[in-house]
Amino acid sequence: MKPRVLVFSGYGLNCEEETAFAFELAGASADIIHINDLIAGSKKLRAYQILAIPGGFSYGDDTGAGNAYARKLNHFLGEQLRTYIDGDGLVIGICNGFQILVALGVFPRVALLPNDSGRYIVRWTDLSVERETPWLAGITTLSLPIAHGEGKLYADATTLAAMKQKRTIAIRYVSENPTGTLDCIAGLTDTSGRILGLMPHPERAIFFTQLPYWTHLKETYRRKGKRVPKFGPGLRIFQNAVRYFL
Amino acid sequence: MVHRIFVVSAIAEGQSPVRVYTIEKRFSVRELRTIGRLLANPVSERFYINAFPRPASCTRAFETGFLPGVTDNVGHTVREMIEDELGVRFVQGEGVYTSQITYVELPINPLIQRVAINENLPVPRVRLTNRIKADKVSLDVSDEELVTIGKLGIKNADGSRRGPLALDLPSMRAIQTHFRNLGRDPTDVELESLAQTWSEHCKHTIFNSPIDNIAEGLFRRYIKRATEEIRKKKGRKDFCVSVFSDNSGAIAFDRRWVVTHKVETHNSPSALDPFGGAITGIVGVNRDCIGFGLGAKPVANTYGFCVGDLSDKTDLYRDKKCTQPRLTPRRILDGVVAGVNSGGNCSGIPTPQGFVLTHPRYGGKPLVFVGTVGILPRSRMRKGARSGDLVVMIGGRVGLDGIHGATFSSEALTSGSPATAVQIGDPITQKKLSDMLIREACDRGLYHSITDNGAGGLSCSVAEMARDSGGCLVDLDRVPLKYPGLTPWQIWISESQERMTLAVPKKEWRKLKALCSRRGVEASVIGTFTKSGRCIVRYRRKKVMDLSMDFLHNGFPRIPLHTKPQPRRAPPNEASPFRPETLSHPSIAGFSWISQQFDHEVQGTSVTKPLQGKGRVNGDATVIRPILSSNRGIVLTHALHPEFGEHNPYQMARVTISQAVLRAVAAGADPEKIALLDNFCWSSAKDPTRLWQLKEAARGCYDGAMAYGTPFISGKDSMFNDFSGFDEHGNPVSISILPTLLISAIGIIRDVRKSVTIDFKFPGDLVYVLSGAKSMYDALALAIRRELVASAMVVSRGGMAAAVAKSAMAGMLGVDVSLKMGKVIVSVNPKKKPTFERMMEGSGCKPIGVVTKTPEIVIGGQRTALETCIKAYRTYET
Repeated sequence: MKPRVLVFSGYGLNCEEETAFAFELAGASADIIHINDLIAGSKKLRAYQILAIPGGFSYGDDTGAGNAYARKLNHFLGEQLRTYIDGDGLVIGICNGFQILVALGVFPRVALLPNDSGRYIVRWTDLSVERETPWLAGITTLSLPIAHGEGKLYADATTLAAMKQKRTIAIRYVSENPTGTLDCIAGLTDTSGRILGLMPHPERAIFFTQLPYWTHLKETYRRKGKRVPKFGPGLRIFQNAVRYFL
Repeated sequence: MVHRIFVVSAIAEGQSPVRVYTIEKRFSVRELRTIGRLLANPVSERFYINAFPRPASCTRAFETGFLPGVTDNVGHTVREMIEDELGVRFVQGEGVYTSQITYVELPINPLIQRVAINENLPVPRVRLTNRIKADKVSLDVSDEELVTIGKLGIKNADGSRRGPLALDLPSMRAIQTHFRNLGRDPTDVELESLAQTWSEHCKHTIFNSPIDNIAEGLFRRYIKRATEEIRKKKGRKDFCVSVFSDNSGAIAFDRRWVVTHKVETHNSPSALDPFGGAITGIVGVNRDCIGFGLGAKPVANTYGFCVGDLSDKTDLYRDKKCTQPRLTPRRILDGVVAGVNSGGNCSGIPTPQGFVLTHPRYGGKPLVFVGTVGILPRSRMRKGARSGDLVVMIGGRVGLDGIHGATFSSEALTSGSPATAVQIGDPITQKKLSDMLIREACDRGLYHSITDNGAGGLSCSVAEMARDSGGCLVDLDRVPLKYPGLTPWQIWISESQERMTLAVPKKEWRKLKALCSRRGVEASVIGTFTKSGRCIVRYRRKKVMDLSMDFLHNGFPRIPLHTKPQPRRAPPNEASPFRPETLSHPSIAGFSWISQQFDHEVQGTSVTKPLQGKGRVNGDATVIRPILSSNRGIVLTHALHPEFGEHNPYQMARVTISQAVLRAVAAGADPEKIALLDNFCWSSAKDPTRLWQLKEAARGCYDGAMAYGTPFISGKDSMFNDFSGFDEHGNPVSISILPTLLISAIGIIRDVRKSVTIDFKFPGDLVYVLSGAKSMYDALALAIRRELVASAMVVSRGGMAAAVAKSAMAGMLGVDVSLKMGKVIVSVNPKKKPTFERMMEGSGCKPIGVVTKTPEIVIGGQRTALETCIKAYRTYET
């Protein structure tokens, strides 16, 4: 049985198709569900083993990235969502999805603020995995692209200390800090490790040809007489989620 | 009842701006607290109701907010959030408006001086006091008055004018005669509607009128004919699917899918409000994609900005009294970049491909190009409104936005340019609309036809769709409005954004309505498509427009145009030794600051990116893979050479097409599957010399397209890009843009894994320059397909040296080459030398040197450190 994935959509989320594609490529069965269909009750969270809140620009980032969508989720589906989170499913929030999880209070006492540059930024970043969780099993470093305007994590000193102690920092930027985020934090997890929120986009890094210098890498492989790879580093995260249920 | 909620930073005390939400609706204090909690981030912000403490250091503050009627996207979101949370509804006269308070520190001692609390901004509610009815307009007037009506608009009761109709005397006379024969005066609705439908913007009268001895006009003679002849010659290999008819042009992607492309300009609005102009432009051209067939999914945006010298800070004004300043080129560029950023990023459409070009001649009026590529299955191609179908408007509501936008863009930019022509797009409303249409409605047979409400609003979209059925009947009082008080003609021609018109079979209406309400999209029936042969519009049950479809669409007079050849001029001399400073020219230098803020990775389709190689240098072509499960891809590129437009417009067109095609081939496109889009942006196009330049450029387009077998599939023109203003002393200043032809190319690549980028790969690789025409293009394409080419960069501005330098900087490697003229620089693995050279035989392929490890660019013996080049190239990258 393929694990079933619910990928949220609606109100300006916009990465649902490639996120669903990545899960399917990894061996899951993914449905893109409009939030209004969940509110109307025609679809239920509990029918799915994995919840994914994809990237996008829900409500145009108005009143703070992720805020308005989170309020809607909380108002209409808060109870269902809390039950789900306390259960044994997996949850991932990517970029705007991470911002929504933060606004929902899933990662307490943190906020995601505008980047230091004041600008939306799109680029590839090198990352290190800080903790082994179901989502990140077997990965130590990887490269993924970021694309956001509000990805600078903020927390006060006490909260940061608590996060370090509970090991809820999941992913960090290495070599450079593209947004001025606290302690180079790019992604968080809950204490159980079942919930992952991250600014970088693993679903945009599932093929070799999505890598930034792949034409150079391809020449390198070919001249060494090696096979040119087919997949990219982001796929592993989706495969991990599928494997967790097998 | 007006409440104000202030949101301030809780992390950085005293930091401004403070976000202000002005809420016009009755709420209890408890409810207001709930609303405050909705709006403030609990960790980083704090909210106050109706008053907030200012930091002691703050002595003054100013508040900025929108004028009444300007789209306030955040205000709309907050309204929806409140409605969801409290289960209430905002009604007419209630609303949410946003503003910001910024602190200014003045050298005042708070111990002895008081803090002045400034007055609140008035609530920007729109109050209209029109007499709401359609007026008759007498055309039994002198020619002089006809000209005035055409130029300045219909006269109001108080003597003021309503804004340009942009109808010239022959057109006004044709209308006069038509109504004389009918024995009645036209209504203002009819006159405004004709002005929209006949505008240069909609009918392209200059391209379609007889010119000199070309009776069929330039479009038919040179553009359309090239396409027809190429398609005929290709026979079964013809890959065009839809040309010049629907909202975009389209070619075959594979057996199942069709790819569309359309490039628009949004010049005049961007000159007045760069952000609003550009965002409206990009989300507008997205609708040309969504409105293609029964709906194509947007898969890529393209952009191009032609602006004045970035260092130009001269004070120029649109009026003699010097009260309406021209915006400086730098401010325009920053504004249009922010507009495309917001429009493209918020819509989730990748924006990989674009350019920046600066020249003093764009200092009065910029050119802002925006394009959208889409994809749809062939099964979704057939469209056409049928008699009896309902006219349904979906998306945003109608306000005063963009009134006279279509006629305005057909006029030069002067002080009379209407402020209502400026509007701000709302990408999220459009995203909801587009998701609903493309994902759910279009394959369920819920509508027979769809068109975007762009220029001319309903007057153009409904009248255009009614051509299929043969007529329409519209009731304007059924159109949902943003605020009361709009007169019938305003409702009919308003360009309020994010709206589409659908032709919906009666039996499907309830299903469509239900789907729309599930997706938070407003939909209203506003009339019926008929076969009466007439376009009838009613308001409060009274006919306010009753025109024959024939007169509406074909009644405009075709005035023969005449040209006057200009003496030949020598082209600007470009050949000079390589100087690294060349790389710092803004039209050659890097613009990663733009590429990096336009999301090109969304949808996961990026293959070759706007910034290429480890050195992150801007390439001129990008490849995307629109269907993730297929290895087939789309190559996007462009070319333009307006610098030659006044010297030899024919040659300009030839070179531009040759270069656009070559860029597509060099990135990996199949030369047999490349299509072109033409965008002509001209100035004072009624001037016979300008018309001659236009004719020459069009002739060049025909010959260029024929030379490479690359058909035109879509095009657009913008003819009056002139600035007539004043300097700071009130002396008249005119700036006309260069004759500008943008050629966009879209090609198919069979296997994206064979895409080529511009960066040199390894020291020791051999560098070649290729010249020659079509056969060289084919040979290069074959070499790329056989994976023999490590990098390819087409020679353009800055010549061969700049191309070599860009490949070296992108690869972060050195190079040592001799200076030879040619069209494209390629590098090749030395082991592939014999195969490559054999393949390129007879294609003007010359070895010129080698890629080196030394970080040095050596061209014709002249050495420049790689670092020096990179520094010059990155002049604008901050």
